[in-house]
Amino acid sequence: MELDTLVQSLLDKKRNSPLSARELAVLAAAFRLTMFDVLHDRGTGHWGGASSAAELTTALYFNRMQVNPNDPHWDDRDRFILSKGHASMNLYTILANRGYFPVEDLPGFRKLGSHLQGHPSMKKTPGVDMSTGALGHGLSIGVGMALAARLSGKKFWTYVLSGEGCLNEGQTWEAMMMGAKYRPERLVMMIDFNKVQLDGTMNDIMPLDSLVDKFKAFGWNVAPRAFNGHDTQDILESFTWMDSDGAWPKAVVYDTIKGKGVSFMEGKSAWHGAPIDDKSFAEGRPQLVADLERKEAAL
Amino acid sequence: MSIAMRDAFGAKLAELGNTHPELVVLDADVSSSTKSAIFGKAFPNRFFNCGVAEANMVDVAAGLATCGYHPVVNAFAIFLALKGTDQIRNVLCYNHLPVVVAGAYGGLSDSFDGASHQSITDIAIMRAMPNMEVIVPADSRQAEQALEYALAQSGPVYIRLNRNAMPELPESPDFAQRKVITLRTGTCVTIAANGITTSMAMKAAETLAAEGIDAEVLTIPFVKPLDGAGLAASVRKTGKLLTIEEHTVVGGFGSACTEALAREQLSYRYDAVGIEDCFTETGAYDALLAAYGLSADAIAQRVRNLCR
Ligand SMILES: Cc1ncc(C[n+]2csc(CCOP(=O)(O)OP(=O)(O)O)c2C)c(N)n1
Repeated sequence: MELDTLVQSLLDKKRNSPLSARELAVLAAAFRLTMFDVLHDRGTGHWGGASSAAELTTALYFNRMQVNPNDPHWDDRDRFILSKGHASMNLYTILANRGYFPVEDLPGFRKLGSHLQGHPSMKKTPGVDMSTGALGHGLSIGVGMALAARLSGKKFWTYVLSGEGCLNEGQTWEAMMMGAKYRPERLVMMIDFNKVQLDGTMNDIMPLDSLVDKFKAFGWNVAPRAFNGHDTQDILESFTWMDSDGAWPKAVVYDTIKGKGVSFMEGKSAWHGAPIDDKSFAEGRPQLVADLERKEAAL
Repeated sequence: MSIAMRDAFGAKLAELGNTHPELVVLDADVSSSTKSAIFGKAFPNRFFNCGVAEANMVDVAAGLATCGYHPVVNAFAIFLALKGTDQIRNVLCYNHLPVVVAGAYGGLSDSFDGASHQSITDIAIMRAMPNMEVIVPADSRQAEQALEYALAQSGPVYIRLNRNAMPELPESPDFAQRKVITLRTGTCVTIAANGITTSMAMKAAETLAAEGIDAEVLTIPFVKPLDGAGLAASVRKTGKLLTIEEHTVVGGFGSACTEALAREQLSYRYDAVGIEDCFTETGAYDALLAAYGLSADAIAQRVRNLCR
């Protein structure tokens, strides 16, 4: 769990200001390494979807969201719902490093008695705004939170992060209809579009092209292009688009790679939730270290 | 006869809207049936018609509940219990969120619409969920009391409502104590009635009294938490129990009673009135209930058999 001093200095710096794209890239690489280490160590958990969202959640929590780790229930905080709750290791790594609980808790992931449950629990883990795990719930809950903001005159944002497999659930499309009916402000659906589900590729399991057209047809304001969900500069540009004028609610599609960072795991449904064995760990880890070093050098 | 339970519930929702600014109401395109439309008319900003999408509605309510609101979701009991099960279990109950799940047209009360609309498994489903409280009001006044009670809780409550008008029972000022309510004291047999079967039980008890069978009648709106001690006190005295419910006999009110008594190590004679693990059908409400064993006459006969 040891992060190097450069990463530590970025975490310290974050207390005062949002981080730049390059700084975010370093953090995301470091967090991805942490996820890989813990998932290997624990022999349980979901690597593929945790890795594919590393830059997205890092950018949200270290550049954009207004939150207060010392007061996780602050009424005016921005909300985040990890609709693809199996990526819990990603969220826990982010929350720990953002200061909600000690990073020393991370190795307890999925242990009996740990507050780090298999899937996120808002009753157990500080900073988790909504328990998830059963797919398909996130957007409906997000619509409810955004409507609550409207009713109470608050200005907080609600971000929902979903995978395309999560979108297979019909409930998501119910929520899209409701979102288009009430048009709650500051509700953003972010899609981690890695095109690989549990059993296979999206095209084999449930083709969704064109996702953008589907959201448009349901009356959402969809970002005019897909952003690169591993390029922190591009993610920051998507944030700029979120801030631009335009109808609510908004949706953004991010092109990502499942299992990103370990070449032989990338794009493979086999690495959706398989334990990381020692051999794959030994071969994969140097790639993640090299990526982190590359990004540190580019600072 | 009181006013129809749905009318009483809808009017109470609107009334409580004045005193409870945190109260928001959601419906799934049946607000003119559930009568939540009365609230919608009075408080249009706090009313959300979610369309025919019960699952989404429950989770939207959950989102509102995490931000300080106390939502009441309305739809037909059968569709809430079946199409919203995952949302009620994994979101409302798991997170102990203050959301009132108001199941309209419970039991066979949507009688003419037939089996597809008759809710005979909702109590079994709802009571199986950790953190959920389950209330089945026996008349319109109890429905109002159930709503007042539920809005004072910090977690989820399921209220199983009836569509129709039914005889009024004596008011129970202690409703919110969640106890067994004794409507008639007796010594020979305990009749534990759930929901609208209570008035049938009272009528049966009168008939039986004339025959020398002195029945104790309990109405038990709180299926969960169940007042096992209160029930046991009566059964210890009478040694016989008949449970009555407008629901399948599998997993519902009768099951809750016998589970509780088993833990009290009581031995007693028992019979259960309810839907006998089958699907029901179309018909006029009273005739339909009677066809499935839910009438004062049928109940009296079951008591006679039990006391034989
Ligand atoms: C309701 C429900 N059904 C099935 C599952 C099992 N499951 C977990 S993840 C997953 C596939 C998810 O795919 P996607 O949303 O694209 O996630 P990602 O590829 O980003 O990890 C499935 C089927 C579940 N968690 N919930």
